[in-house]
Amino acid sequence: MSENELKKTPLNAVHREMGGKMVDFGGWDMPVQYKAGVIEEHLRCRNVAGLFDVSHMGEIWVEGPDAIAFVNRITTNDVTKLVDGQAHYSALPNADGGTVDDLLVYRFNGEKLLLVVNAGTTEKDWDWISGSADTLVRMSVASTRTDGDAQDLAGGTGDADKSVRTPKLRNASSDFCQIAIQGPEATAMLQTMTETDLSAIKYYHFTTGQVDGVDAIISRTGYTGEDGFEVYAAPEFAVQLWEKMLDAGRYGEDGGILPCGLAARNTLRLEAAMSLYGHELGDDISTYEAGLGWITKIDKDADFVGEDKLRAQKENGVSRKVVGFEMTEPGIGRDGYEVYVGDEKVGVVTSGSPAPFLKKNIGLAFLPPEFANVGQEIKIDIRGKHVSAVVVPTPFYKRQK
Amino acid sequence: MSNIPENLRYSKDHEWVEVDGDIATIGITDYAQHSLGDVVYVDMPRVGDKFAAHEAFGSVESVKAVSELFTPVGGEVSEVNDGLNDTPEAVNGEPYTTGWMVRVKMDNPGEADAMLNAAEYEEYLEASE
Repeated sequence: MSENELKKTPLNAVHREMGGKMVDFGGWDMPVQYKAGVIEEHLRCRNVAGLFDVSHMGEIWVEGPDAIAFVNRITTNDVTKLVDGQAHYSALPNADGGTVDDLLVYRFNGEKLLLVVNAGTTEKDWDWISGSADTLVRMSVASTRTDGDAQDLAGGTGDADKSVRTPKLRNASSDFCQIAIQGPEATAMLQTMTETDLSAIKYYHFTTGQVDGVDAIISRTGYTGEDGFEVYAAPEFAVQLWEKMLDAGRYGEDGGILPCGLAARNTLRLEAAMSLYGHELGDDISTYEAGLGWITKIDKDADFVGEDKLRAQKENGVSRKVVGFEMTEPGIGRDGYEVYVGDEKVGVVTSGSPAPFLKKNIGLAFLPPEFANVGQEIKIDIRGKHVSAVVVPTPFYKRQK
Repeated sequence: MSNIPENLRYSKDHEWVEVDGDIATIGITDYAQHSLGDVVYVDMPRVGDKFAAHEAFGSVESVKAVSELFTPVGGEVSEVNDGLNDTPEAVNGEPYTTGWMVRVKMDNPGEADAMLNAAEYEEYLEASE
């Protein structure tokens, strides 16, 4: 794909002006790093704050009386547990138990949800959700459980009819820019730009308000392992918000905020052991295999796509699961490298990198359950050389509260 | 714009060589370190290892990527820069001085003469942009 076919966020020119090194990321022209470099960007986010353009992420509105029932049928987490102003991490399973995408589900009210999905999979997700909506609804009606324990999905009528009406779906990805401000000083920096009391927004909650006079969704979420916010607004305000956030963060001063590229975003999420779609998750990888049992509410009061396959995995166990590892000899086990126990090839690295804050070489890998225990010694084939590593607990990094 | 010192010889793999008698000091160029980003590890050979010209003698790893190192000249490794074990970032900061990687006793010093000079390397970079 040539450069002029790549999609651009509203901040593309700003990234270039700021010295961003641009790369093709899933069809988007995005900065992989700025002048400071990935290590400095990573450390600044851990120690002060980092600013990320995540406008390439996709947004899908789901509206109508059956919005919650519908999303509950297409995602693994239990949407009925959300209250207004709360969000959760979830996954879109496919019928085979694999994963179409991972996502955030925001509940605005009982009839209005926002799904935030990955950039590279937005079109696939949209086709999956919208194209299969009617099928999914019919399927779920046919398999609704007995009246005794089935939640009333028809909207509180108490009627025996458990049908779920297809809600109004809208791919609103081009209606939003999204900027993440993350790190221990992020809240204080953002607070100077808004009258909304940010301290009142709990982790994985959000509110609507104004940031620098711009209507925004202010969400206490992120992908770095740090406290911080993700701010959604209309794309025409992206440059204003970005520049004001840099000012609020004392960009350019010692110990000020730094813009962070995709490389730092990746190392930050890896230290926090957060999954990356296409690595720890995929069309042929289930949430259980990815270690995301905590967002797979197999016993929730709704039938959902792939439930039977996922239930079988939960009951019978999985043949591979994602574990964390740390290199114990010099070398970096990178994505795709093979993992050995003795002479036997047993798995593969899904994400591997130097960890700039931890100053170790870490990674995530698929291993069969018998080798997926903390303390298991493994070898990683680094360009023909078997280099020692050990399975360790995750997350590798957890912030001090 | 890349820094390309006049007194060195260059390979198309973006290594530089400084010749002193039959000893060649080898490192990677400013252009190479910039493309790699933050260097975190340099995997180097041992003193006494022998390599033919254009053979891989090690690798340099940044946060994002790994790149093999090819010796532009054949010979025996006489010294390695152990300092890079503790400060691999010297490859980024001072690629032509403290960021040097190995010294090789050349079998055939003529191989270094056949490498690109600074002007030719600059042209090569411009052509490959």
